[in-house]
Amino acid sequence: MAGADLKLLGTDYQIWKKKQRREAGQYYLLCLVGIFCFFAIWQIAVTAGLANERLLPSPLQVFETIIEKFYQKEPDGNTMLVNICASLQVALSGFLLAVVIGIPLGLVMGWFRLAEAFFRPIFELVRPVPPIAWIPLVVVWFGIGLQAKALIIFFSAFVPCVINSYTGIQLTNRTYINVARTFGASETEIFRKVGIPSSLPMVFAGVRVALGNSWSTLVAAEMLAATAGLGYMIQQGRTLARPDLVIAGMVVIGAIGAVLSGILSYIEKRLIKGQKNESN
Amino acid sequence: MESNMKPKLEVKNITKTFFSDKGAFQAVEDVSFQIREGEFLVLLGPGRCGKSVLLNIISGLLEQTSGAVYFNGQEIHGVNPEISMVFQKTAVMPFKTVQQNVELGLKFAGMDKKKRAEISEHYINLVGLKGFEKSYPPQLSGGMKQRVGIARAYATNPEVLIMDEPFGQLDAQTRYSMQNEILRISAEEKKTVLFVTNNIEEACSLGDRIVLLSACPARVKEIYDLNYLPKPRDIVSKEFLDIRQKISDNTDLAL
Ligand SMILES: Nc1ncnc2c1ncn2[C@@H]1O[C@H](COP(=O)(O)OP(=O)(O)O)[C@@H](O)[C@H]1O
Ligand SMILES: [Mg+2]
Repeated sequence: MAGADLKLLGTDYQIWKKKQRREAGQYYLLCLVGIFCFFAIWQIAVTAGLANERLLPSPLQVFETIIEKFYQKEPDGNTMLVNICASLQVALSGFLLAVVIGIPLGLVMGWFRLAEAFFRPIFELVRPVPPIAWIPLVVVWFGIGLQAKALIIFFSAFVPCVINSYTGIQLTNRTYINVARTFGASETEIFRKVGIPSSLPMVFAGVRVALGNSWSTLVAAEMLAATAGLGYMIQQGRTLARPDLVIAGMVVIGAIGAVLSGILSYIEKRLIKGQKNESN
Repeated sequence: MESNMKPKLEVKNITKTFFSDKGAFQAVEDVSFQIREGEFLVLLGPGRCGKSVLLNIISGLLEQTSGAVYFNGQEIHGVNPEISMVFQKTAVMPFKTVQQNVELGLKFAGMDKKKRAEISEHYINLVGLKGFEKSYPPQLSGGMKQRVGIARAYATNPEVLIMDEPFGQLDAQTRYSMQNEILRISAEEKKTVLFVTNNIEEACSLGDRIVLLSACPARVKEIYDLNYLPKPRDIVSKEFLDIRQKISDNTDLAL
């Protein structure tokens, strides 16, 4: 449809496209400038002696520490890669468990009245408890291994998975349900073919929050006397008074979080079709 | 002629009362009319008078408080595969392609993929959406979405089509061209159609007969036979304007 018009308006289109590209270029340039300024001010503050270098290392120093940690085990006993893998294992197993249990629970709770009546009160009781409050109990139950830490992560990721799936499927347009009903679809067919697909954007928003929660609860979970992991590395940095190590850990956590969120966006784009900017 | 006059669908003494904490609310009161085989019957009534409620009862989505619906002489309860519905609000699912939307009824009926594709192709062409099979509804205009809804209702090859203000949300220009489209489509695919509108001109352009409803609760005020006016109708002819005026004078104002 648009293709034919655009050819007719060839030159106008070229001009428009150029303008679009220039504006996008400006946008990304400013993103880079912003990040650069952040690090530059930080660096200047340290070099100019405005901040105590023993308390706030310069960005270059942090960068050096990060590189160094990739081939050096000192001072916490693991190379960066080992720490990253340990953390990813903990965070992802807790996160995946939350997704696998939380989403179906939310969907069923939002769709079937009796399931809602049964599960909702229990869920409402568990929901306000902060994930970190579980730590003492979990340690008693499972010790300090992967299971214990994954369970803490699970609690932080579980709640947004349930809430968003629950709300998302409840918002299913009544008319879509009626359409399926007039075609003789059974209740379970309507749930699967209409309810679930129409709730997906909300579900994904929940998964996004859950992923963020998992990753940010990680440091807390790894305070459980872990022997490896980014949170553990930060802990060691604190005990050894190595702020560069602490900040290095923070930077790596931030970077990996951004990458994970990027991967999730990609999956979301592949899975959710046509739904964006639908106003009805 | 004789068989042509037998009712395909009959609505008999339908009443619908809704109950809520605030009490009872009557939406439809003792409505009776017949739809003949192959007829294009228009239900005309002011906004919020109970038209959708009545249609939902006929299509089996709602249960009446009293009265009965007969299809081919048999009383029916619940949804019926021989009655398809085009909905008032855009009921085209945004998470399915045009083709998947059109095939929805066939899929629920358990038809295999190849057969579905053949049928949906035919109806997508019929409504003039060739080339948009793989598009998602948010990329389409309001008129195109309603075409998808029409193709979807026709695709299951039902005996009766119910259309609930299908063009109510379209701008005047698109609405006018869609009226011509529905005349073309219903001439091409001979079906019994029950078409609901609150627009007198639309009713007079499309209806073989017009059932005029009162304001809420919906009651039948009068039934007009327009078969003496051949379609497509000249909307500025004297006969057209006369009947339009006559119905207009008899219409309750929507609040
Ligand atoms: N499920 C329901 N429960 C209570 N009231 C309803 C319900 N559905 C419709 N109504 C009421 O019935 C009246 C008629 O509605 P409707 O049939 O949708 O009007 P319209 O003629 O515009 O299609 C409205 O006042 C509406 O509020
Ligand atoms: Mg209505």
